[in-house]
Amino acid sequence: MILNRKYLLGLQNLDKKELQIVLDSVRPFKSLFTRSVKKAPTLLGKTVVTLFYEPSTRTRTSFEIAAKRLSADVVNITVAASSVVKGESLIDTGKTLQAMNADYIIIRHSLSGAPDILARSLDASIINAGDGFHEHPTQGLLDLYTIYEKKKSFENLNVLLVGDILHSRVAKSNIWALTKMGAKVSVAGPPTLIPPKIETLGVEVYYDLDEAIKKADVVNILRIQLERQKENLFPSVHEYVELYQLTKARLAKAKKDILIMHPGPMNRGIEISSDAADSVNSVINEQVTNGIAVRMAVLFLLKPKAGKNEL
Amino acid sequence: MNFEIKNIRVVDPSQNKDAVDSLFIENGLIVSKPGKAFSKVIDGSGKIAIPGIIDIHSHLREPGLENKETIKSGTQSAAKGGITSVFCMPNTKPPIDNAPTVEFILLKAQKEGVVNVFPIGCITKNSQGAELSEIGVLKRAGIIAISDDGEPVSNSQIMRRALEYSKMFSLPVISHCEDKELSALGVMNEGLNSTILGLRGIPAQAEEIMVSRDIMLAELTGGHLHIAHISTAGSADLVRRAKKRGIKVTAETCPHYFSLTDDDVRVFDANTKMNPPLRSKKDLEAIRKALSDGTIDCIATDHAPHTQEEKMREFDAAPFGIIGFETMLSLVLNELVDNDILTLSQAVEKISFNPARIFNLKNRGSLKEGGIADITIIDPQCFYEFKKEDIVSKSANSPFIGRNFRGAAVMTIVGGKIVWEN
Amino acid sequence: MDIILDSAGFNQAVEKICSEILRDNPSLDNLAVVGMHTKGVFLSKRITEALSKRLKKPSLQFPFGTIDITLYRDDIDDLGLDIPLIKDTEIPFDLNKKNILLVDDVLFTGRTVRAALDILISFGRPKTIKLAVLIDRGNREFPIEANYVGFKYPSAKKIKVECKEIEKVDRVIVL
Repeated sequence: MILNRKYLLGLQNLDKKELQIVLDSVRPFKSLFTRSVKKAPTLLGKTVVTLFYEPSTRTRTSFEIAAKRLSADVVNITVAASSVVKGESLIDTGKTLQAMNADYIIIRHSLSGAPDILARSLDASIINAGDGFHEHPTQGLLDLYTIYEKKKSFENLNVLLVGDILHSRVAKSNIWALTKMGAKVSVAGPPTLIPPKIETLGVEVYYDLDEAIKKADVVNILRIQLERQKENLFPSVHEYVELYQLTKARLAKAKKDILIMHPGPMNRGIEISSDAADSVNSVINEQVTNGIAVRMAVLFLLKPKAGKNEL
Repeated sequence: MNFEIKNIRVVDPSQNKDAVDSLFIENGLIVSKPGKAFSKVIDGSGKIAIPGIIDIHSHLREPGLENKETIKSGTQSAAKGGITSVFCMPNTKPPIDNAPTVEFILLKAQKEGVVNVFPIGCITKNSQGAELSEIGVLKRAGIIAISDDGEPVSNSQIMRRALEYSKMFSLPVISHCEDKELSALGVMNEGLNSTILGLRGIPAQAEEIMVSRDIMLAELTGGHLHIAHISTAGSADLVRRAKKRGIKVTAETCPHYFSLTDDDVRVFDANTKMNPPLRSKKDLEAIRKALSDGTIDCIATDHAPHTQEEKMREFDAAPFGIIGFETMLSLVLNELVDNDILTLSQAVEKISFNPARIFNLKNRGSLKEGGIADITIIDPQCFYEFKKEDIVSKSANSPFIGRNFRGAAVMTIVGGKIVWEN
Repeated sequence: MDIILDSAGFNQAVEKICSEILRDNPSLDNLAVVGMHTKGVFLSKRITEALSKRLKKPSLQFPFGTIDITLYRDDIDDLGLDIPLIKDTEIPFDLNKKNILLVDDVLFTGRTVRAALDILISFGRPKTIKLAVLIDRGNREFPIEANYVGFKYPSAKKIKVECKEIEKVDRVIVL
């Protein structure tokens, strides 16, 4: 079973059945990692382009490894943020890549909706690797899978997202996926970093992390962008640490088997303390490993380019 | 050219008239039955004649931004939409803050324009909000109102002075109400949809704070405040209460604010990006109510052409604004008249009679004898799909492409001349 | 519906495979069994049971693995949406120096077996790989032959192997 989709733009559009197909497909890819040859010929001869308008070593590398383990040819393109407005338009860049027969374009962009614009004008499979404050679907899927692997079911599972929900595409994709799978999602952060009407999506809002963490089975700590302080969204890093850092002391109030997650890269000592990040409850490194398997699954599950233009 | 239009339903709120009749046009004016019959007679059976539509809010982009629109293409587009007069906003390059630019526009309009063009001058020099422009000189050159549309005057003292000073010229001050610090980097209405799309929101209050301030300044100064493109329930309510208190305030809205909501932004289509943004369903209902109870006086297009290249960019990077000349009348008919929000006569008030009255356009907005023969002929049974390839404007940034309409202008008469006919 | 093998015929075919395996390697030295999803997995269980019965060692256990060839197919672009859910490929033993018995239900073009061989060698270097199939349909497209064949049925017609575990009956039918 694969997804009857050419694009992965966000998890908003995936239904529960499709999410389950992804979850059920990951393990065979993950098992490749333990072989002496960690590679399958599935995408042999296919070209995967990573088109990154925002620096991100982690996500780009994860996609690159995923594509290479499926034997695709991978081309990495990094576009300076400054040329988003000045340089060649996104659509022209996309069309150039298409003319070079890219089969998959994996795009990361600082502006929401950029992957949708690309998908509207190109034939290649478009995978959103994070756009603005919109979605980061593969991160959402790898978080979903990591939780599924450890907790086996989403029924009555309480997942807590902590920090800057407003600017977090990871939070958005997590909320879509987890609520569809039946988990109960809460968010905790200062009111200035909680997006308007988020509760309409079936999310419970907390301002007090100590209160919120009590019932959580999973806590996903989001990276805080320090420049948000300049927008007066919180008064100081010092105060943020006081109120929202995941510490050993806060974990003492949580369930013993709580899973600690972080999409990375971590600001150790800011949103998460080192002892929390490195505790036995932490699955942060497994998220990274699962990320490759999930991205392989996504590359495999998307319907390949229909009627390829072969020269 | 002199001619008669016979057997036509004449809807003219200035005379409280809605009856099948004949219209006689002689030397550019509307006349009563002439002694000698005209040789040219147009049969208007099944059609409706209304006083020519006056669009009080548009951007013709000339001078300086001719890649988006010109006075020629813009007025042709207006004519197709049944519009006989357009007011053009001063955010051209150079801006309309000096007499030569006013004269240029009027001259261009005379030479190449097919409908009447009334320029609006800047409130402040270069719309920078710092110093008043030469409002008296601009008035003499021919402006009809002043506005810093898009770049609202943030300094309350300067806005006060503008409202005060313009009184002596009876020039309305048109205010684009937006607290720019509150709307900040916003690109769409703040709400569930902005959360879902991950786009920065513009709260309704960014508009309402300024509506509120400007109403207070109008009260203070006694100047004539005209509030542009009202988009929120709160703004409508503020205007309603101000009018009750006798403050000299008038208001307009645009067809998109009573036709679309922020649900329509769904797929990051920059043709749904304008400022103020598409609001919620609740706001849309409130706008309709404010139209029907008379709070909102006028409907204007805020016709804002942008090139395809600009609108194909990422939603954040694309400019605000949509074209509107060619869909205004159909939207008014389908969204308001067909849904019993307004009677046809009330609709004509909003798009012709009130604009003429509020902006002191003599002999327009009416089909009375002696008036200028600006007439819009409507075929109420004209079914059509609004297609991109049929757009006359130089730009095609419309969220209504693909929509099916019933009712449209089939003839546009400006000063007794048929300038467009279908 | 044409039945190629009924339940008894099915059993005979399995027994035939076992006889040939034992003739080749009587002590079943270093043997490991790998079944190809889906039917090859059930079939390989049937074969190991039969082997242990014959050797009168009811507890006879071979290292056992499974293979799903989906990721190694050469026709993945042509399948459109008709791709089954990928199943686990598990080789939970060190296959270096093992004599691998690879089991599938039907041998036809040889392409599936080609893919399975690629998978096996991605885990290491087995001493030998031998192929057992219940039905050989002929019509090979690749130079691949089975070492042990339960039943030969050269035909272009599609056939289906049914197993107790899924269809509640052991038999082979023409579709």
